[in-house]
Amino acid sequence: MYGYSGKILHIDLKTKKNWVETKPEEWYKLWIGGVSMASRLLWENIVPGCDPLDDGNPICIANGIFTGTPVPVGGKFGLASKSPLTGFVGDSLSGSWFSIALKRAGWDGVVLHNSCDKWTHLFIDDDRVQFNDATYLLRKGTFETEEAIRDKLGDDQIRSCTIGICGENLVRYANVTNDGRQLGRTGHGMVWGKKKLKALSVRGTKGVKVFDPAALNQLSFDISKSAQGKDTEKYRIYGTATGMLSQNKAGVLPTRNFTEGVFENVEEVSGEYLDKHHKVKVVACAQCPIACEQMSIVKTGPFAGAMTGIEYESLFANSSNLGVSDIRAAIKLITISDHDGMDSISMGVTIGFAMECFEKGVLTEKDFACPSHPEGFTLNFGDGDSAVKLAEMIRDREGIGDLFAEGVRIASKRLDEERGSESWRWAMHIKGLEPAGYDSRSLKTFAVGLAVGTRGGCHNRSAAYDPDIKGETNRLTVDDTRGRVAAESEEYAAVYDSLPLCKFIRRSFTGKADRAGAWPAIAKLINATTGWNYDYDDVDLIGIRAHTIKKAFNIREGWTEKDDELPWRWKNEAMHYGPGAGVFVTDEELEYMKKLYYEAKGWTPDGMIPKELLIKLGMPDVAEQIGV
Amino acid sequence: MALTSTSKYAYIECDPNLCVGCQLCEYMCSFTKTGEYNSFRSRIRTVRVDEVLISAIACRTCENAPCVIVCPRDALTQDPDLGIIRVDSTKCDGCAWCVEACDFGAISINPATTLAEICDLCETHPEGPQCVKWCPKEALTMTTADQRAQRNRKKLIAEALDIPTKASDPK
Repeated sequence: MYGYSGKILHIDLKTKKNWVETKPEEWYKLWIGGVSMASRLLWENIVPGCDPLDDGNPICIANGIFTGTPVPVGGKFGLASKSPLTGFVGDSLSGSWFSIALKRAGWDGVVLHNSCDKWTHLFIDDDRVQFNDATYLLRKGTFETEEAIRDKLGDDQIRSCTIGICGENLVRYANVTNDGRQLGRTGHGMVWGKKKLKALSVRGTKGVKVFDPAALNQLSFDISKSAQGKDTEKYRIYGTATGMLSQNKAGVLPTRNFTEGVFENVEEVSGEYLDKHHKVKVVACAQCPIACEQMSIVKTGPFAGAMTGIEYESLFANSSNLGVSDIRAAIKLITISDHDGMDSISMGVTIGFAMECFEKGVLTEKDFACPSHPEGFTLNFGDGDSAVKLAEMIRDREGIGDLFAEGVRIASKRLDEERGSESWRWAMHIKGLEPAGYDSRSLKTFAVGLAVGTRGGCHNRSAAYDPDIKGETNRLTVDDTRGRVAAESEEYAAVYDSLPLCKFIRRSFTGKADRAGAWPAIAKLINATTGWNYDYDDVDLIGIRAHTIKKAFNIREGWTEKDDELPWRWKNEAMHYGPGAGVFVTDEELEYMKKLYYEAKGWTPDGMIPKELLIKLGMPDVAEQIGV
Repeated sequence: MALTSTSKYAYIECDPNLCVGCQLCEYMCSFTKTGEYNSFRSRIRTVRVDEVLISAIACRTCENAPCVIVCPRDALTQDPDLGIIRVDSTKCDGCAWCVEACDFGAISINPATTLAEICDLCETHPEGPQCVKWCPKEALTMTTADQRAQRNRKKLIAEALDIPTKASDPK
């Protein structure tokens, strides 16, 4: 077998035993890698129905098919556990030296079972598994932890996934970090923290072989050259932060906890402003010829010295969404989230929620009193300094930071129970996951894409904002095409997430971000790597299968149609400014689009998956368990 | 600022302002030399000192190369025309004195063959150095000290003339 070793490493954190599971080539043909393979490993290894924080919830890591080869942007891997934020599938991706080391160590995937009894640093050294004491790493940030491990073990080539202080403190939206990249969104850091797993390191010294290296090299070289052209220009020069101005123009830039889609001071928090005043250097993930990460530093003021990579999603959540127009405060907030290991979107949206609670009188100055700030403080929109204080309290679970460390859904529920407030009206979450940077009440195709999302409201899993913003659909109304568009866009995204290839390469095959250009090229890359005979349809099926296994997982964990819902605000309150003013998604519209979507997927009207469809997709065992 | 060496010969130089740390040079170097993709077998190494200090280093073809001088078995010799360091596989026993002597960390020992491995500028490859060919950001170049001096002079003049020219405005 080329491209894979055929081996999955299982490690029991409790008994410290490990064993190797061999998988046949047919299994890899179904599950490929990344999100798809990690979700399949989760399906196979979880104790169904368990609490996300219980021992029965495994940590499942799956490498990519192109990891460790010169295929541009193919150096990624997937991580899956049941999410403590949503209670459904938690699947994340990261571009990484870690995954390449894992590939060279000879593992296609790793499954970690149960929990450690004390803080542990787990080390996979080629074929050996070592349990190390992690006491010396505690209270260290993510990057610091990686460096400390390399120092201690004396090898620069050791790559690690780590949790920061937030993971140790069980912040519900804590991340797992590797090489400065985040496995974000669904609270993996909390799962790792609960298992007392501070870090997982790998050293891999073996070479990676492919079926037809000459062909793969040529294909890779051509794509790599094409990726220096105008199709990736915005990523290379300003990074995704250039989206601040364009989303503002489209009237979908979340502003002041999603009350508006236009921010009056957007120029001061734009990617262009960042480039001019704060950019230090552009860096890349491993194996990436594009390089989009805009490393940016604060040079003046109380936050001088804060530095991290700034991209659009982190920036909207911590600037316009908080009404903050001092980009230095935003950089500081994102630095806290990256270095201490929590999700920058969830953190920003949660702080925005807290700001609205303060402005509406649900919280007062005194509520923010804690040992670090004995007098408490005010938390108005626009107050970056106070936002930073709250972020640090969340990280440390100090004072009311303990409540907001639970994320918007739980924080809102507890506040309303304790204080009789109605904060559910401005609690921005979908299935418990705080949404990304597109106000979707005027992006109606995307709205249904988010509502049905398997990991909650996620812009990486549904790509339906594209047709809405480009005008391929009428974003302000609904019609009978929306179910199909939403279904196709998430299956399209799932192909990239399952190889995985970074979606920023999507236009570099033919200049257009569509299946017709990319799938034949991707099939060639797969065939040169593995020696298989994949064609357009096979590539298309990768995404459908990946999405189906995640949905099946959710059904087994108790999903019902009611879970496919939008935040109350998007269904009841209109914005006042910009192209999206005056509209929201009505109950009837959402129900109509959901039905269309289930139909387009070939599911039952209440969103269940027919047995014969699952069997057709090559998953009879899934059909047996949840098929109808 | 690139690191300096005493070389009068050409060598692979990396501009740390352009290097993004993607490691494609390592993949292609190891593939060219071993037929497998493996950073551990690459003769050029990317170095990530911190989040932004990133560059790549290969043999600097030093004059009076310390690795040649220090080798207890006289296994290393320097090509008088190209400056590349050749390893005599019948003499080298992998003792790694050369590794320690190299100021640039540009030598490694292959655990399988126990031979020292050093960048040879892909001298037998018709396309020349593969790392230079593949570098997506054109951070890698094969240059001599004279060529670098010429380039610096040009850059200086372009910067002094505060008008957009092809040389000063790569975009």
